[in-house]
Amino acid sequence: MLKNETAISSMTNKTVSDVRKNAGHSVWKKIKPYAFVAPALSIFLIFSIYPAFRIIDLSLYQWNLVSPAKDFVGFQNYVNLFHDPEFFETLRNTILYTVLTVGLSLSLSLFLAIYLKNDTRVNRFLQRLIFSPYIVSLASISFLWLWLMNSDVGFLNYIISLFGIGKVDWLGNPHVALFSLVLISVWKTAGYNTLIVLASLQVIPKHLYEAAALDHANQWRTFRKITLPMISPTLFFITIVDIISSFKVFETIQIMTDGGPQNATNTLVFAIYEYGFKFYKIGYASSIGVVLLVIISIFTILYFRGLASKVHYQ
Amino acid sequence: MLFSMIFHKAGRCVMNTLLALIFFFPFYWMVITSFKTLGDTVLFPPELIPSTIQWQSYIDAFKAIPFLHFLGNSLIVTFSILILQMFTIIPAAYAFARYEFKGSRFLFGIAMVAMMIPVQLTFLPLFILFSQLGLINSYASLILPFASSAFGIFMLRQAFKQVPQELVEAARMDHASEWRIICKVFLPLARPVLVTLALLTFISTWNDYFWPLVLTTSDAVRTLPVGIASLRNVESGMYYNTLMAGNVMLILPIMLVFLYAQKQIIKAFTYMGDK
Repeated sequence: MLKNETAISSMTNKTVSDVRKNAGHSVWKKIKPYAFVAPALSIFLIFSIYPAFRIIDLSLYQWNLVSPAKDFVGFQNYVNLFHDPEFFETLRNTILYTVLTVGLSLSLSLFLAIYLKNDTRVNRFLQRLIFSPYIVSLASISFLWLWLMNSDVGFLNYIISLFGIGKVDWLGNPHVALFSLVLISVWKTAGYNTLIVLASLQVIPKHLYEAAALDHANQWRTFRKITLPMISPTLFFITIVDIISSFKVFETIQIMTDGGPQNATNTLVFAIYEYGFKFYKIGYASSIGVVLLVIISIFTILYFRGLASKVHYQ
Repeated sequence: MLFSMIFHKAGRCVMNTLLALIFFFPFYWMVITSFKTLGDTVLFPPELIPSTIQWQSYIDAFKAIPFLHFLGNSLIVTFSILILQMFTIIPAAYAFARYEFKGSRFLFGIAMVAMMIPVQLTFLPLFILFSQLGLINSYASLILPFASSAFGIFMLRQAFKQVPQELVEAARMDHASEWRIICKVFLPLARPVLVTLALLTFISTWNDYFWPLVLTTSDAVRTLPVGIASLRNVESGMYYNTLMAGNVMLILPIMLVFLYAQKQIIKAFTYMGDK
C-alpha cells in the first residue's frame, strides 16, 4: 500500500515535471531564434546603429570632449560649417579624389579585364599579381609609396628623370599631392576591380559573340553592343562600392600628407579626425560626420535600388 | 599576316612586362631598401641591386619600437575577433536561415543597415562611449565593435539555407540534438564559407590601421600597423631602410597567407563584390 502510494506519487511527480519541462520547452522554442540572433544584434545596435544616431545628436552641441558641460547650440555647427571656406575645400578635395579614383580605376580595370580575359597561365599570373596590393594594409601601402614618392631620392623621381623630367615633389606640392594619392589608390584597387569585371565577362554567353562575328561587327562595335551592356550591372555596383570607399579615404592622408600641403589633401574623414582629436571640437566634427553620413546613405540607397531592379530582371 | 601576328605578340610581351613591373616593383623596392645601408638608400640615382646587403635595419626596427609588444597585440586582437565572430555569426545565421519568427525580417534589416555604417563615422561617438566606460587603451575597445559581422551572417545564412531538409530530418530521426545537427550537418557543409569568412576577417583585422589609431592614446594595446607608423618619426631623420624593414614584417604574414590560399582569397573577395 505504502509502496504503491510512493509509486503513484512518484509517477505523478514525473508527469508534473514532464509537463513543466514541456512548458519550458515550448517557451524556449519560442525564444530560441531570438536568443540565437541576440549576441550579433546587440553588437550591431551598440557599435553601429547607436553611434549613427549619437553623431547626429552630438552635432547639435558645442563640446570639447573633456569639460563636463555640453552647450546645446541647435544647428549652429551646420551654419558655421556652411560658412567655412575650408570645409568646402575639404568637400571639393574629397569629391575630386573620388571622381578621379573611381574613373581611373574603373577604366583601367575594364581595359585590363579585356586584356587578360583569355585563360592562359601568364594571364592568370598577372591577374593575381595586380590583385596583390589589394590585400595589403593601406598603412603598408602608404609607407611604401611615401618612400617611392620621396622628393629627393625617391624611385619615382628616378624613373621620370630617365625621361628627362625634373624632380617632382609628389606629396609636398599642393597642385600635385591629391593626384599622387589618387595614383596610389588606383594602383591598390585596379586589380580587385579587374577581377570583378573579369568574372562578369566570363558569364557572357559565347553565342552572342558568334552572332556578332557572323554579322561582321568590328571589335569596337562588339564591345559597345554586347560586352558593355552585359557587364553594366557589375560596373554599376563596383562604381557605387568604390565611390563609397573613396569618400572614406583616410589612411594615406594621415600617413603621407597630414592633410597638407595647404589643406590640399584634407578630406571629410580626415577633417572629422582633426576637429575631433586635435582641436577637440566634437560638435563641429560631428556635423562633418553627418554630412558624410548623408552622402554615404544616398549611395547606399542607390546600391540597394540597383540590387532590387537587378533581382527583378532575373 | 605573319607580320601582324609577330607585332601583336611583341606588343603583348611589352605590355605584360610593363604590368608586371608596375605591380611587382614597389614590393621589390621595399624588400631591397630594407637590406640597404642608410648611406645606400639616399644615393641618387638609386642602386637597383644594392652593393652591400645587411640585416641591420631589422635589428634597428626591433630596437626602435617595442615590436614584439605590437605583434602580440595584433595577434590578440585578430584572434579574439575571429573567435568571437564565429560565436555570434553561426547562431544568428542559423536562426535567420532555418527559423520563421516574428520580426526576423526587421532584425535582418538592422544587420544590413549596420553593415553600411562605416567605422569612419562611428569612431567619434564610440571613442566617447569607451572613454566614459574607462575602456580607452583596452583590448575591449579594439575587439568588441568587430565581434560580429553582418556580412558574415548574410553569407552564412545563404549557405545554411542550401542545406537539404532531408539531411536534417535524417539526423532528427537519430535523435540528434539541435546543437549536434548544427555541428555535424550544417557546419561541415558550410565549411568553404566559414573558411572564406575567417580569411576575410583575418586580412581586414591584421591590416587595420584606422581603428587602433583613433581608439588609442598610448602604445598599450596598439597593433602592428600603428606601431610601424611610429618608425616614420624615430628621432628626426627618416630612416627608410628601417621603415621598410618594419613594413616587410607587417606584410609578410598576409603575403604568406595569400600565396598559400590564393584561389580561396580571390574567390572570397570577388564574392564580396557581386553579391
